[in-house]
Parts: sequence; C-alpha cells; structure tokens
Amino acid sequence: MKTLSELKINQKGIISGFTDDTLAVKLMEMGCLPGTEVSVELIAPLGDPIAISVAGYQLSLRKEEALSIKIEG
Amino acid sequence: MAEKQGMRVALIGNPNSGKTTLFNLLTGLKQKTGNFPGVTVDKKSGTCKLSAGTSVEIVDLPGTYSIYPKTLDEQIVQEVLLNKSHPQHPDKVIVVADASNLKRNLLLFTQIRDLGIPIILVLNMIDIADKRNLKIDLRALGIDLGVKIVTTNSHSGEGLDALKEAIGQTQAKSKRPFYEVEPLATEVISRISKKFDLENNYAAFQFAQQSDHLKFLSEEEKTAISDLRNKYGFDHNHTQSEETLGRYKHISDIINRNVTSPVTGVASLTQKIDRIVTHKVFGYLIFFALLMLIFQSIFAWSEWPMDLIENSFASVTEWLKGVLPEGVVNDLITDGIVSGLAGVLVFIPQIAILFTFISLLEESGYMSRAVFLMDKLMRAVGLNGKSVVPLISGMACAIPAIMATRSIDGWKDRLITIFVTPFMSCSARLPVYTILIGLVVPEEYVFGFFNLQGLVLMGLYLLGFLAAILSALAMKFILKTKQRGYFVMELPGYKLPQWKNVLLTIYEKSKTFTFEAGKVIIAISIILWVLASYGMGDEFNNAEEHVKASLGQNYSEREYEIALNSYKLEHSFAGAFGKTIEPVIKPLGYDWKIGIALITSFAAREVFVGTMSTIYSIGASDEEEATIRERLRQERNPETGQPVYTQAVGFSLMVFYAFAMQCMSTLAIVYRETKGWKWPMIQMAYMTAVAYISALITFQIFS
Repeated sequence: MKTLSELKINQKGIISGFTDDTLAVKLMEMGCLPGTEVSVELIAPLGDPIAISVAGYQLSLRKEEALSIKIEG
Repeated sequence: MAEKQGMRVALIGNPNSGKTTLFNLLTGLKQKTGNFPGVTVDKKSGTCKLSAGTSVEIVDLPGTYSIYPKTLDEQIVQEVLLNKSHPQHPDKVIVVADASNLKRNLLLFTQIRDLGIPIILVLNMIDIADKRNLKIDLRALGIDLGVKIVTTNSHSGEGLDALKEAIGQTQAKSKRPFYEVEPLATEVISRISKKFDLENNYAAFQFAQQSDHLKFLSEEEKTAISDLRNKYGFDHNHTQSEETLGRYKHISDIINRNVTSPVTGVASLTQKIDRIVTHKVFGYLIFFALLMLIFQSIFAWSEWPMDLIENSFASVTEWLKGVLPEGVVNDLITDGIVSGLAGVLVFIPQIAILFTFISLLEESGYMSRAVFLMDKLMRAVGLNGKSVVPLISGMACAIPAIMATRSIDGWKDRLITIFVTPFMSCSARLPVYTILIGLVVPEEYVFGFFNLQGLVLMGLYLLGFLAAILSALAMKFILKTKQRGYFVMELPGYKLPQWKNVLLTIYEKSKTFTFEAGKVIIAISIILWVLASYGMGDEFNNAEEHVKASLGQNYSEREYEIALNSYKLEHSFAGAFGKTIEPVIKPLGYDWKIGIALITSFAAREVFVGTMSTIYSIGASDEEEATIRERLRQERNPETGQPVYTQAVGFSLMVFYAFAMQCMSTLAIVYRETKGWKWPMIQMAYMTAVAYISALITFQIFS
C-alpha cells in the first residue's frame, strides 16, 4: 500500500483512503477527499513537512500525517 | 449606543478569505476590540452605516474552516451560533468565501446555512478568480445554493454598496437544508430536539456532536446528551465524516455545473515564490535577512522622530516650569508626570515600525512559509512550527503572542511555547535597550554599513531567542504527555499587503501601547515622585544642614543645589527602598538608584526608563534641562568619581532585562491561559534566576 509520504516532488496521486480516523475527518474538511488528485508541491529543506496541492490550493502537513493518507496507483 | 433595535451581523469565513479586510472596509475606524464574555478571544466589532441611514453592528468572528472547531479560538464561532441566548448571537450571518477557491470555502457556508440563520454569501477576491479565468454563473449558483450572493473585491472595495444593500434587505430562510443529517442519527436528533426545544435538525445534530465543548450547556445536559449517544451508538467520527463527504459531494456537483475553470492548481506566481522562499539555502537566508532588516530599521528609521519627540518634551517641560508657579505642583507636573510621559511616547516610532513589519509578514502570506520552514527545527527543541508566530509576535508583545498560542493544538507544545515566549525581546524592552545601548555602545559602522548599535540590539534579540530555545529543549524532556499535536495548515497564495489593514494595525497597536502602558507609567511616575520627594527621619528633614556641613566652606550656589537634591533623594522613601535591595544587586554592578528602577519596572519593563527620568530629574538641579540620556551619561559614582554607566553596568543591565520576567501583564495572561498560578510562578522564578545569574556573569566579564 502506497501512502502520500512516498510521493516525490511534483508527483501526483489519487487519495484512496485514510488509516487514522480522527485525522481523516480533519483532512477531509480541508478538501482531501477520497478520489481527489493531489500533487506534492514543496518539501521543506529538512525533508519535513511537505506541501501538497489539493482542491486548488496548497496544504502543508507533516510526513507522519502524510503517512496516514493512502494513495492509489 | 445602538440605533433603534440595531441588527447584529456576524462575519464568518475561512482564514485567508479576506474577511478581515472586508470587516475593515465595512466599519472603517468605527471598530473596537474587546473580549467575548467569559473567554479571552479577541472580539472585533464595529458599526456599519447602511445606505438607508440605519446602521448595524458587525462582529468579526475568528476564521475557521468548518463548524467543527480545531482550535480554542474557533470554538467561539460554534458557541455564538448554537447558543441562541448568547449576547453575540447574530441576527444575520455573512459568510465570506474566497471566490478563487470555492469548493473548500463552501463547506463552511453549507454548514452555517443549515443552522437556519438568515445568511448572505459573499464571493470575495472575485478579481483573483477573474484573473484565473474562472467563469462563475452567479445566478445559477445562487439558486443551487439557495442564497443571496454578492461578489466583492476587497482590494478596490467594489461590490461593497451591493453588500450593504443586501444587509438591509430581508433574506428568506430556506426550508430545505442543503444536506439532511437526520438519517445519520434519527433517534438522537429527535430526542435532543425535544429536550432542548430545537426546530433545526442540524443544530440538534451539532449538540450531539459537540456537547462536551459547548460552554452554555450544564453538566447535567452534557451527561444527558452523552447518555443518548451511548444508547444509540452515535460515533461522532463516523457521522462527521459521513456529513463532510455528503456535503462535498453535493458541493462538487454544484461547482461542476456552475463554475468552469481552465486549469486547476495553484497560481504559478505563488509557486515560483515558494520555490525560492522554501529553498534549502535561500529559504533560511531570506528568513534571517528579514529579521535583520527589521532590527536595522527599528534603529535607523526611528532616530529622527524620536529626537523630535524628545526635544519637544524637553521644551514643553522648560516652558511649563516657567509658566507654572513654583512649588510642589510645578515639580509634580514637570518632574513626575511630563518626564514619565515623555519616556513612553518616545517609543511610538519604534513600535510602529515593528508592527509594520509583523503585519506585512502576516498580510503577504510569508508568515505561514516561515512556519513551514521552521517546523522540523522547532520540533527538535520541543516546539512546533506554529510556535514561530507567537515567538515572532513575542518581539512585539508577549501578551498577544501568548494568546496566539491558541492556534497550537497539543497541550505540551502549547505550554512550552507559552513558557518560553516571554524570553523573546518584546517592544517594552526596546526602550531599555535603546537607552543603554546609546550610553555604552559607540555609534560606529562595521564594514561600512552595519550600524554597531543595531548589531548589539540584534545580539540582544538573539540572546532572548536562544534562551527561549534552550528552555524549550529542557522542558521537552521534563514534561510528559501522551497527547499528540498535528500540523495540517493552509499555505495561502501570496498577496500584496493591503495598506489599509497594515495602517489600521499600526494605529491600533500604537494606541493600545500609549494608553495601556501610559496609564501604568503615569501612575507609577506619580507614586515614584512622591516616594522620591518625601522622606522621614532627621536626615531627610534637616537635609540642608547635613549638606552644608558636608560641603565645608567653599561652594557655589549650584553645587549646593545639586548636592542637596541628591542627598534628599538618597534619604527619601524611594531611596530607602533602593538601599534595601542594594546588597542583592551590588554584585551585578547596580546602585540603589537602579534598584528603585528594578522595583518599579516589575510592573512593566518600559517603566525603567520613566523611573530613571523621574529619579534623575528630581536629583538634578533645576537649571539644566538635559535629556535622560545625557543625564545618565553624566552620572558619577559619588565615592570614586567614575561614571556609573560603564560598559559593564550597561551590558549587565541589558542582559538582566533580556531575561527577567519584568511584566505583570504577562504573568496575568499566563495565569489565564494555563488556568492556574502554578505555571506563571514557575516561569517568574525561573526567568528571574536566569536573569540574575547571567547579569552577574556579564558584569564580572566586562569589569
């Protein structure tokens, strides 16, 4: 199973699910819905956090949070 | 105050939707900041004149992404909306949405709409949407969402009249909710509706979801709701995610029908800037260069307005001394009040410059990149990327900074940030630093363009920052917690700062500083003047004879006056206080006069300067009207004849003020935010100890 944390810069993926229920609710509110395409826009100089493009804007999250987002394909 | 039955309108919207700009446009200078009753969330409200000659009250609620709060500040939104008897419960709501990012912004709108409060939807930043070639069919969108839509451009103010007109009109309540939650929890909703007499299903659903956080419910009511949840197997995570998914599905359909966008994705300019600003090398360089620029400008640009203020006060004092009849009142006004007041007002230019930069960083969108850049480093020392905002605003003032820690979720991260923020050099230290640097650091340039005084100032800020980081690191290992914080945050697109917002912030902050700090300083100046001008015992009452005896045979009138004044001061009440603590502060290089200032400036650091002005005006002869800096420079130790303010004393004092918790207001806010005296007391003891030891070491090194 692939997660968002494995995507490299500029790589795209489609959200397929979440592994953490509490975090999932928060991420969905911010537009990270299953079936949505995301791409990695920025990776902070020290490798963490990252910023993704989702639903037309940029969202930053930590690596460990990206780990809870399952990616298709 | 309110005109006949003033309507209350609440502004609600996502962070970065331009809500505050719109609020400023609607209310202009007719706004005030207060507190929501019972909580310390800033409440901004103002009056807005509608075209019909009536006016309404506008309340700016904290920005939030949904009705489910993630931070303490966001809770107020839900509280105000769900509690119908809340004093701030609005008659009408304006939801401000960023037109260029409709999908996410509409989630909050649909939630508020389903609460059944009359509502207007504002599509703000319509200019940006136009620039991105977004085509929005406003008529059809309005019908699909069941709401009156107004488009605005808060840059140009376009659409404002239409919005005012809409506020004046009556909005029909839509009967059908946008998303029906009833099937998610039929039994729970119907029972809560009955118990609390609610007509609205979504409100009842929210009671079920959030009862534990709602302050207006009694413990008994909370238990009743929690029992209902258990009985019917209500899982709030599950229902919330069902609701969110359902709303988004519906929103997506509507957007697909009514909005056409050429390409999705982030604006390219923002992308380009981000690549540079978060670059491995340039990212940190830019961050530190910005900080450097701030300190340099605080010194370089503020010089002439400060001189102007200082000199005008000197002439006012001189004028008053001549005009007023000689005597106690004259002395009290000139030596006590005016010199204390001058001590405050002279720092307005520097405070204005500092706040200009802080609000520019916030407005432009750079601040959240600083958070992004610093998160991992901050986490290494037990802080959080979001601690950057309190730490940077702590350079202005620890009080709003400590309040800003509310955006940090995770109690441990938040507590550590609260604990170390007062180490950041705030604007109240600036007066102390300025005067001491002016005394002991020569005005020279290093490498031709770095102002040496500015560099020392930057060093002091760095010292405070290091103390904050090291203390955080220590606390990281001491505090135990199982709660984890999280870090999901929007990086807003870059915007040109709105000068109106920046100017309002500067105006607001300078005003607060002048009045809040001014009150304390004037009060303390008067008390101090009394304590320094009166005393008890033979030495004070028969000062004339004692001085004459000590001067011997040959002395001029002027020598006598100076000697008399300083003798009287030494034996006054204030002098006695200073003398009492002199043994404790002697190892740091301080005399009893500095001791008095240390005591009074416990109320607030900037009082140090006012106190020094008052003490030295009383001590000096009446003929010479010198500025405080000149007086300090001329001050000699009566025993050795050497200047009192040597480099060793100056640096020792600077270090002391860099670390010591000399601020009652900070203690009060920490008490409020940590809900007890434990943390403010630990904090004060710790900071004072660090200050004392460091000042001691500094004095020993330089002397």
